[in-house]
Amino acid sequence: MRARLFPHPLLTVLLAIVWCLLVNEVKLGTVVFGILLGLLIPIVTAAYWPDRPPVGRPIKLLSYLVLVIWDILVANVVVAMIVLFKSNKNMRPQWVVIPLDLRTPEAITMLAGTITLTPGTVSADLSDDGRALLVHALDAEDPDAVRDDIKQRYERRLKEIFE
Amino acid sequence: MILMALNFAFVAVALSQLLAMLRLVKGPSTGDRILALDTMVINAIALIILLGMRLGTQVYFESALIIAMLGFVSTVAIARFVLRGDIIE
Amino acid sequence: MITEAIIAALLVIGAFFTLVGSIGLIKLDNCMSRLHGPTKASTLGVGALLLASVVYSFNTADGSVHEILVMAFLFVTAPISGNFIAKVNMHSLRGKQALPPPPDDHVWGTYSEK
Repeated sequence: MRARLFPHPLLTVLLAIVWCLLVNEVKLGTVVFGILLGLLIPIVTAAYWPDRPPVGRPIKLLSYLVLVIWDILVANVVVAMIVLFKSNKNMRPQWVVIPLDLRTPEAITMLAGTITLTPGTVSADLSDDGRALLVHALDAEDPDAVRDDIKQRYERRLKEIFE
Repeated sequence: MILMALNFAFVAVALSQLLAMLRLVKGPSTGDRILALDTMVINAIALIILLGMRLGTQVYFESALIIAMLGFVSTVAIARFVLRGDIIE
Repeated sequence: MITEAIIAALLVIGAFFTLVGSIGLIKLDNCMSRLHGPTKASTLGVGALLLASVVYSFNTADGSVHEILVMAFLFVTAPISGNFIAKVNMHSLRGKQALPPPPDDHVWGTYSEK
C-alpha cells in the first residue's frame, strides 16, 4: 500500500523543491501545489521506473558531492593553465582503461559523470560487459597513475555509498 | 565596479561564442561540429543571464532554462542520429 | 561593497573560464582533446555567472534563487552530452587510431554489434 501511494519518496521531495524554485517564491500555496505534483507525478509514471536507486548512506553521498565540487574547482584551474600555456607538441593525450569493481548501474553512472566533470579526464565508453571504463586524459605522463588516482579517490568512496 | 565586470563578461562570452562558431565552420569531423554547437548553446545561456543582470529583470530566466533543455536534447539527438542513423528506435 | 566585489569577481571568473573553454576548442589539435575544454570549463564558467546573478538579485531586489535550476540542469546534462560526443569521435577514429582494448576479449560498448 505504502509502495503504491509513494513509489519514489525522494522524487516527491525533488519535484516539490523544483516547483518552488520554478515559481521562485516560498508561500503556502506554492508548497502545497508542489507537494501535490510530487505525489501525483510518481504515481502516474511509476510504471516506467520499476526499481528504486539504492542509496545506502546519504551522509557519505553529501560528503562525496562536496569532494567532487572541490575537485572540479581545483582541476579547472589546472586545465585552464594547460590549455593556455602548454603547446600542442608537449601535450600528451592518453587513453586509459579503468577496470571496474562497481556493479550497480547507478554507481557506474555516478563514476562516469564524476570523471567527465573533473577536468583533464573524459569518460568515453563502457565495455560491452560493463566491467571496464574507457577514459581519455588530456595531459598525462603515466596512464597507470591516472587509473590508480580515479580508483582510489572516487571508486572506493562510491563503493562504500552504493554497495 | 559591477558594470565594468558585466561589460568585461559580455565581451569575453561574445568572443568565445565567435571562437566556437569558427570551430563549427572549420570542422573537420562531425564530432567537432556537434561539440561546437553544444558550446554555442551554453554560451548563449551565459549571454542571456548577463542580459538579465544588465537590464535588471527576471523575465529572461525562462528562456535560459528552455534553451538549456533544448540544447541538451538537440545535442543528444544529433549525436544519436550520427551514431545510429535513427533517433528513436 | 563586499557583495559588489564578490559579484564582480564571480562575473570575471565565469567569463574567464567560458573564454578558456572556447580557446581550448579552437587551439587543441585532436578531436578527443578538444572535448576537454567546453564540456567542463564552460560548465564552471556558466555556473559562476549564474551564481553572480543569484547574489546580484539579492543585492538589488528581493532575491531569487531559480538560477540554481539552470545550474543543476547543466551539471547533470554536461557529462551525458560529453559522453555522446566522445562516442561519435570513437566511431570517426575507428580504424585510424588504436584504442586500448578492454580486458578479457571484450569490445567497447559502442563498437559491439548487439
